[in-house]
Amino acid sequence: MKMPDPDAGVIARREEILAAMRAIVPGEGVIADDKGMAVYESDGLTAYHNMPLIVMLPETVDQVSAVMRYCNENGVKIVPRGAGTSLSGGALPAADAITLGMGKFNRVLEVDYENRCARLQPGVTNLGITHAVELDGFYYAPDPSSQIACTIGGNVAENSGGVHCLKYGLTTNNILGIEMVLPDGEILRLGGKHMDSEGYDLLGLMTGSEGLLGVITEVTVRILPKPTTARALMIGFESSEAGGQCVADIIGAGIIPGGMEMMDRPAIKAAEAFVQVGYPLDVEALLLVELDGPPVEVDFLIGRVREIAEGLGAVSIRISENEEERNQFWAGRKAAFPAIGRLSPDYYCMDGTIPRHRLPEVLSRMSQLSEKCGLGVANVFHAGDGNLHPLIMYDANKPGELDAAEEFGADILRLCVEVGGVLTGEHGVGVEKRDLMGEMFTEDDLKQQQRVKCAFDPNQLLNPGKVFPTLHRCAELGRMHIHRGQMPFPDIPRF
Amino acid sequence: MVETLRPETTEQVVEAIAWASGEETPVEIVGTGSKRGFGRPMGDGNRTIGHVVDLSGLSGITLYEPEELVLSAWAGTPIAEIEAAVAEKGQMLAFEPPAFAGLYGETGGTLGGLIGCNLAGPRRVKIGAARDHILGIEAVTGRGELVKSGGRVVKNVTGYDLSKLLTGSFGTLAALTQVTIKVLPAPETVETVLVSGLGGVDAMRAMTAALNSSHEVSGAAYVPSGLAKAVSGVSGDAVAVRVEGFSPSVDARSMALQELLSGFGMVAMLDAVASVALWRDVRDARPFVGSDAALWRVSVTPTAAAGIAEAIANGIGGPSLIDWGGGLLWFEADDAAAVRAVLAEHGGGHATLVRASEETRRTTPVFQPQPAPLAALSTRVKESFDPRHILNPGRMYEGV
Repeated sequence: MKMPDPDAGVIARREEILAAMRAIVPGEGVIADDKGMAVYESDGLTAYHNMPLIVMLPETVDQVSAVMRYCNENGVKIVPRGAGTSLSGGALPAADAITLGMGKFNRVLEVDYENRCARLQPGVTNLGITHAVELDGFYYAPDPSSQIACTIGGNVAENSGGVHCLKYGLTTNNILGIEMVLPDGEILRLGGKHMDSEGYDLLGLMTGSEGLLGVITEVTVRILPKPTTARALMIGFESSEAGGQCVADIIGAGIIPGGMEMMDRPAIKAAEAFVQVGYPLDVEALLLVELDGPPVEVDFLIGRVREIAEGLGAVSIRISENEEERNQFWAGRKAAFPAIGRLSPDYYCMDGTIPRHRLPEVLSRMSQLSEKCGLGVANVFHAGDGNLHPLIMYDANKPGELDAAEEFGADILRLCVEVGGVLTGEHGVGVEKRDLMGEMFTEDDLKQQQRVKCAFDPNQLLNPGKVFPTLHRCAELGRMHIHRGQMPFPDIPRF
Repeated sequence: MVETLRPETTEQVVEAIAWASGEETPVEIVGTGSKRGFGRPMGDGNRTIGHVVDLSGLSGITLYEPEELVLSAWAGTPIAEIEAAVAEKGQMLAFEPPAFAGLYGETGGTLGGLIGCNLAGPRRVKIGAARDHILGIEAVTGRGELVKSGGRVVKNVTGYDLSKLLTGSFGTLAALTQVTIKVLPAPETVETVLVSGLGGVDAMRAMTAALNSSHEVSGAAYVPSGLAKAVSGVSGDAVAVRVEGFSPSVDARSMALQELLSGFGMVAMLDAVASVALWRDVRDARPFVGSDAALWRVSVTPTAAAGIAEAIANGIGGPSLIDWGGGLLWFEADDAAAVRAVLAEHGGGHATLVRASEETRRTTPVFQPQPAPLAALSTRVKESFDPRHILNPGRMYEGV
C-alpha cells in the first residue's frame, strides 16, 4: 500500500509545530515522545503502522478548532482518531500528520427521554450510550461487534452497523445531529433534536465519510425503548443454499427479524471448539434468527420461522426458552473472530456486501480461491443484509503469507462487486480497500466524490491517503471542459 | 423561448445538461411538475430558466426483488406505479410518501421528485424519511457528468454517501436518472388508539407516553378540534396512536396502549379501514388541501410542539396539525418572520413555507435560513456538482 510521500518540509518544522500545539493544549494533551506515540502507530488493521508527527488529545471544542485552524494555515495534515478500532486503517497515522485523538471527549452531555435522544461527546463508547440509558428502559440500536471499545464519533465516521441493522438501521439512521469542526477551524452544527433538517443532507454525507471532511465534536443520537422480549432460533442446514433460502423465505413472509446471522462449517467448528455452546457440527450452514418485541408477537413469529425452516428441511432447530439460552446461542457467533484466532496465528477479516441470493455462489467460488492460494477461510454472514465477513487464516511469520492473504481478500471483494455487491459494508475503505475503489466506481464517480471533499477541505489536509486511490488537486478537479455549440440533441423529444 | 426537452435515455440527459452547462443556460429539472409549487421560484439573480429538462420520459421499474427488499427504477417513474408494484407483493415504501401534489391542486408525482424533496409520512417517527431508504443513485451533475453512488445493498460504506446528499437537494446538484430504494413488508394489519377531548399540552404527554412505551408505535398525531372535520375518524381534539404488524401483536399492543392512555381522555379504537383513512389524511395534510393560504411545515424538537402551536394560534396563524409525536407541525400563517421568531424561541428547527403565492415565495425564504458558515459550505457543495449554477438555480436558497 503506497501512502503519500511525507512532506519533509513539515517534518523539518516539527519543533515549531510542537510549540504551537503546546500553546493550544496544555500538559499531557500533547504527546511527542516515541514511547508515548507508539500507542497510536496503528489501529485495528495492525498490518500497517506509522509513527505520527505529534499526537494531540484536546479536551474542548475550542482546542480542536484552534489545532485545525493552525494546521490549515500552516499546511500540516491531520489524522482524526476515535478509539482506534478501525479495521480498514482509517486512523493509520502519517509521519507528517498530527494524530488528533478524541478520547478525552468522553462525557454523556444530556439524556432527553421525552424527545428520545441523547447528546454525547464523540469519545463515548457505543456500549456506553446504552449503559447510560438502559436503567430507564432505553438503548442505542446500532451495535458493531467492537461496541465495548469503539466510540460514537468513530461510528459516525464509519457509519457502523452491527447485527441489528436490518430492523433498526445503521448509524446514519440513528443520529439526529452533530457538531463538527471544519478543516479551517469553523465550528458547525448539523441537525439537532428535530427529525428533518432541510438544506443539503450534510449530516448524511458526514456519516461514513471516514474522517476526511471534518472532525466530529458532538453527536445527538436517537435512543429507543427496549423491546420487551427477545428469543432466538438456532437452525442447522445441510447446504448454504437451504440456509440462504430460509433467509429469503423469512423476509418473503413479511418478517424482519431483529438479527439474522449465518455461519459456514469452518466458522461453526471453530466457534464450537472455543465456547462449547452446543452448535451442531454436522451442518454446512448455521442460521441464528432473533425475534424481538412484545411476547405475543415474538412467540407467534418463532412459530412462523420454525415452520419455514422445517419446510426447507432444516436438520436441527433449537429455540431459546430463556435469556441464558439466547445468550448462549449468540456466544459462539460473537466469539467467532477470537475462535478463528485460536486456530490460526493470524487472520484477516474482510467485509463485503452481496445481494443475499448470490451467497451460495459466492461461498463456492470463495472455497475455490481458498484452495488455489492455500489459505483457509471461515465465513460469518449478516444474513439479513448481505454483509459477509470472510476470515482468512494465515501466518504472518511465514514469508509471503500476508501478501497472499491480502491478495485473496482483494479477490473476494472483487467477487462481491462482480455479483452486484460492494467493497465494504461497515468497516470502511480506509487504506485497506483504497486501491480497489476503481472496481466499483468510474473515474468520474471518484472525481465527484473528491470535489465534495474539496468543498470541505480545499487544502486536502484531513486524513490524507485514505479512501481515494488517486489524489487530484482541488483546482484541477474544479476545471471544466466546455463544449459549446448548437443545441446538440436532435434526437431528444421536445415540446 | 423556453423549450421542454424530454430525454428518454441517460445519454440524452447527459447531452442536454452538458450543453446547458456549456452555454451557461439554467435549466429546470422536472418530473411531472406536481410539486412545482414547493420551493422558491426558479431563477438566480438576473438569470432566468432557459429550458426545461423533463425526466418523465425516463420511466419504469428496472429491478424489483421482493425477497431482497430492493427496487430500482428510472427517476421519472410515477410513484403510483411503484406503490402498485410493491403492494402486489405485500410490500411498501415504508417512509409513507405523502401526496404533496394535493396541496398544490395537482396529482401525480415521480420517484425522482419524491427523492428530490425527501418526503416522509407519519411513520417517520419509527422508520425515517426517504433519505433513510435510499440505497443508490445515478445522476447527471451540473457538469454534465453521469455519476453513481451507493448500490443495491443496505449495508454499504464504500465512498461518500452522495445518495443521501442528493436526497432532498431539489434537483440543484444533479438530475437523478435512476434510483434504488429499500422496500419493506407491508404490515398485516393496523389499529389506531384514539384519545379524545384533550388540549395541546396533555396531547403531547399522551404521545410521549405512547412513543416511549415498548409498544412499537408507528404514528402519533394530534388533531385539534379546529381541523377535525377534515380528518377521517375524529370529531374534536384527538390524539391518534397507530400500531401495525401481525394481528396477534397489533391486538395486544393496541389493548396495552388503550390502558396506558386511558388516563388522558376518552379512549376508543379504530379498525384497519378507519385507520388507513385517518393516517392518509394526516400524511397528506388534508385539512389544508383546497385552500391557497400560506402553509407551513415545521420540523421541531417534539416537546416544543405544544408551545409553538399555542404561540402560532395566538394571533400569528391558525390551528396546528401535529404529527411525528410533536416533531412536525402544519399550520397556516402569513407572517414568515413571526413564525420563525416563534421557532427560535422554542429551541429552533426548520420552518418551511410549503405553499404560498409565487410572489411570496420569491420574497420570503421558503426554507429555514441557514447560519452563514453553513450557507457558505452549502454553496461550496453546490458548486462541487454544478459550478455554473445551471440546475434548478435558486430553488432552495437564493444563489444556490
